Amino acid sequence: MALKKTKAFATMAALALTLAACGGGGGDDVAVEDSPEFDSGTTMAELADAGKVTIGVKFDQPGIGYMPPGADVPEGFDIEMAKIVAGKLGIAPEDITWKETVSDNREPFLENGTVDLVLASYSITPERREVVGQAGPYYVTGQQLLVREEDKDKITGPDDLEGVKTCSVTGSTSIKTVEEEFGAEPVPFDTYSACVTQLENGSVDVVTTDGAILLGYAAETPDELEVVGEAFSEERYGIGFQKDDAEMCEFLTTTLTDSFEDGSYDEAFQSTLGESGVETPEPPAVDEGCTA
Amino acid sequence: MSTVLFDTPGPRALARQRIYTVITAVVLGALLAAALWQLWTKEMITPDQWVAFTEPRILVALLEELVVATLAGAAVAIVLAVAFGAVFAAGRLADPAWIRLPCWAVIEFFRAVPLLLMIYVLFYGFGSTLGTFWSLVLALMLYNGSVLAEIFRAGIQAVPKGQSEAAYAIGMTKSQVLVQILAPQALRSMLPAIISQCVVALKDTTLGFAIGASGIVDVGERIYLARVYDNPFAVGIVLAAVFIVINYSLSRLAVYLESRMRQQGTQAVHVNEAEEAQPA
Amino acid sequence: MGPEYFSELISRLADGFVVTLQLLGWSLLFSTIIGTALGAMRVSPLAPLRAFGTAYVNIFRNTPLVVLFLIVVVGLPGIGFLPSFFWRAVMALSLYTAAFVCECVRSGVNTVEAGQAEAARSIGMDFGQSLRFVVLPQAFRAVIPPLASVYIALTKNTSVAAVFGITEATYQLSNLIRDFPGSLWVNFIGIALGYILIVAVISAIANMFERRVGVAA
Repeated sequence: MALKKTKAFATMAALALTLAACGGGGGDDVAVEDSPEFDSGTTMAELADAGKVTIGVKFDQPGIGYMPPGADVPEGFDIEMAKIVAGKLGIAPEDITWKETVSDNREPFLENGTVDLVLASYSITPERREVVGQAGPYYVTGQQLLVREEDKDKITGPDDLEGVKTCSVTGSTSIKTVEEEFGAEPVPFDTYSACVTQLENGSVDVVTTDGAILLGYAAETPDELEVVGEAFSEERYGIGFQKDDAEMCEFLTTTLTDSFEDGSYDEAFQSTLGESGVETPEPPAVDEGCTA
Repeated sequence: MSTVLFDTPGPRALARQRIYTVITAVVLGALLAAALWQLWTKEMITPDQWVAFTEPRILVALLEELVVATLAGAAVAIVLAVAFGAVFAAGRLADPAWIRLPCWAVIEFFRAVPLLLMIYVLFYGFGSTLGTFWSLVLALMLYNGSVLAEIFRAGIQAVPKGQSEAAYAIGMTKSQVLVQILAPQALRSMLPAIISQCVVALKDTTLGFAIGASGIVDVGERIYLARVYDNPFAVGIVLAAVFIVINYSLSRLAVYLESRMRQQGTQAVHVNEAEEAQPA
Repeated sequence: MGPEYFSELISRLADGFVVTLQLLGWSLLFSTIIGTALGAMRVSPLAPLRAFGTAYVNIFRNTPLVVLFLIVVVGLPGIGFLPSFFWRAVMALSLYTAAFVCECVRSGVNTVEAGQAEAARSIGMDFGQSLRFVVLPQAFRAVIPPLASVYIALTKNTSVAAVFGITEATYQLSNLIRDFPGSLWVNFIGIALGYILIVAVISAIANMFERRVGVAA
């Protein structure tokens, strides 16, 4: 196996995991507004009155949105950002219901009200803004390549992908780009984590998707995996909400801009993706509106 | 014991068989041991691989998903499938061609299309209203319901002809005969077949994995993807064991019911052995 | 939906079904070989072989194919078992389907009455002759319909490979709706028709064989 380990280590690590899960994993000191004022009839007023909110996040992306097995609370950059938003609604982190959203069910879940908000490495696109509202971006990344440490000089960018087994998620644009533009041999799996498993055992040579997601994996085993090359696309992560909710758009936009200025954004990044040693990036300029 | 292939063995053949029995037992045992040794040395079945399954939180999560997602999904799907199957079986037995033919087409279509494709199309098409659970359950209903429709039809046609003839003779209409005379008798004989279909449905709930529906495979994946465990082989074995225990018990139940029926003189309708081979 | 979409639909369906048919062909071959061997074990006079056959069938028939795929595609690489995803899929499909083939073979042999072989021996045929001229032709005929159903199930089961790294026909559904929003139902009908066609061909071949070997019972 790529990762051999002794029984003692595994037991210790499991114990550490249990403890970490109990601690909640970083960023517990998110500011929660005492009794925020919202115009009656707005979604924010409804949520604030109810005192709880359901947020769609990833459960399988280390560093961004990740649920350790058996844990109750996910952890990651998106999770911290969600806590900031909930805090502005006067909702404490423990009153947030975390709902797993995989790439395919983010729009459906927003449209049918399964979730109130989506923070799930959710790229802003004109097509998505046709069906849902997207506030942001709060983070800008782009498609990159994750390779095994020993291949980092062999595969340095998308031009080296001709005929190379490249894993990404079924139906993603990343897999289409490497197949159609760079001639890679596409290997579809249901999650990026499944792809990384196949990268580690040598079945595929590259995993491709947004650099932020790849960084999360590289940070877990820095001496085995490496993110290579410049980003060859631009992905702008936004917060998804139900379409045509202008007040929600305004609220989220203000919340994001505030978080950039009051240091809570920096704290959210440093306690998660920043653990890999990456500096907090310059906050992006937030879009004026949230629809197409 | 004489079979089509072998005569009842005589004393010399018996002695020879005993020798061969010992040899094959030793060879099979050695092969099994070699396989296990290989897995052990490659650290696939060493104790650390099973640590995850000693943690109460993980066991609770597995059990919870098994009950609320996997078993519940299969149960709801089977109940719906029985209703679907009854309606379409009746449709196929109807006299007017405009009822019979569409019912035939629906049944044949859902039996020929891969279940996974159905799950995907329901999820992509109606996922916003259905969510993952119902996308999976409705796809299971369409497929298992179509299989059951054929089983029901066979069950009804297996009721002795005299029964319906007698009913017609006392002036019952066709639908009265079907509902009051044939269906109740057929239902009993179909019980083992329905239980066998439960095994199929239970296995098929795992296809929800493809659309991110919760279930024990989903929990399993989360366990082995956690770097502290990194034990996909062990997780796979545990998942397989859970299904084997449940499905084997269900199969034994079907066999038991069938043998009890035979004692009572009811002929059980046989599921085509192969229907069980249907998707995962 | 313009002509550009339809040419793309046709070409991706062709790509997908080529892989589906390859998966089907190889899995059909291997599952038949393994399944027949297991079936022979289950009717053998040697108890350990019978036990092995029975255990195999109970294990593989009751394990979901998805879990089997998981073990082969994700679990086994741990012992350095690293064939391509295609061969891993063929392996999972073959091991699974072999259990059902085995049951077909066993019940096929069991449908032939012991008296048939006794009659063959009484007119002086040896074991090989009785097998070749009396037992197997009858067993073969009994085996064809259920075996055809197993192969039809296998055809549909190849779709599970879409979740484990294979770009076969079912994979093309998500691939197509990403690039052509609103094309879901046309894609679905196209892919479904492809599977229905394969199923129809298998049924037709089975019917043909059944007629050819069919002797008035």
